[in-house]
Amino acid sequence: MVDLATLAVGSALPQRDHRPDEIDLFLYNAALWNAHRIHYDQAYATRVEGYPGLVVPGPHLGDWLTQVVLEWIGDDGVLVEFAYSNRRAAYLGETLRAAGRVSGIDRERSEVTLELEIRNQRDEVITPGSAVVRLGRAHA
Amino acid sequence: MSGLLTPGMLAHVGHSGPPRTELVTRRDIRKYAIASGHRLRKYLDGDEAPPLFHVALFWDVVEKAELSPDGVSVDPLLPELPLRRAMAGGISVRYHRPVRPGDTLVARRTLTDLYEKAGRSGPLLFYEVTLEVTLESGEPVLTEKTTRLLR
Repeated sequence: MVDLATLAVGSALPQRDHRPDEIDLFLYNAALWNAHRIHYDQAYATRVEGYPGLVVPGPHLGDWLTQVVLEWIGDDGVLVEFAYSNRRAAYLGETLRAAGRVSGIDRERSEVTLELEIRNQRDEVITPGSAVVRLGRAHA
Repeated sequence: MSGLLTPGMLAHVGHSGPPRTELVTRRDIRKYAIASGHRLRKYLDGDEAPPLFHVALFWDVVEKAELSPDGVSVDPLLPELPLRRAMAGGISVRYHRPVRPGDTLVARRTLTDLYEKAGRSGPLLFYEVTLEVTLESGEPVLTEKTTRLLR
């Protein structure tokens, strides 16, 4: 239960580690109808495009950031704004940590601003993001 | 700047594509939610669409001959450009109402920016597409700005 009265700036949201495998890459690209070779053609991704491996789709990393927010708010609020930016690529086999923290609280509007990020195993922030949630059952 | 963009290319900024209408089905929501790793029942059961479901719903479905050799469908809003290799960029979305099975969504896409930047290994082209998604009644669902890169 997210309680606006006791929430503090800096509070961390529960984080989650993702280690995408071939099935994850297949299902995600199939759900989008995305045929970009860098996500399933190892020879093309490495020899032609010069990546070290198969590339995790950028919007999939973005989706993981939404999940940090959605699992935290549950039914206590709604997502109002969301943004992310793919700064560095992520590759099959890497462990990618999705995390977030409270960066602002507007008690009058019942809105909470969140800073989000995905880090790789080298501790690089590969996908920074942000979100605004409105607490209360506005869309029940 | 190496000046890759000509006035003719830049004239495409401001152009919109024809509106596209798609029906939201529980099956498509479930496929998207499972594929992207969601754990909340309302998404896995398809009762409500995850916030980025529209990325899949409005992904261009093109015939195979229209795919480039790397498997990408070039955005029809773009002019012919000197760089072709697509890279993910980022998204910024404002949400107005949740999406549920049975909703019919209308998407209007506009090319809102096109610019060049020097990258670590050569020039990069950036483009921004603004997507307005509404119900058929015109009620707003979400507004999204997507930035993508070409290298």
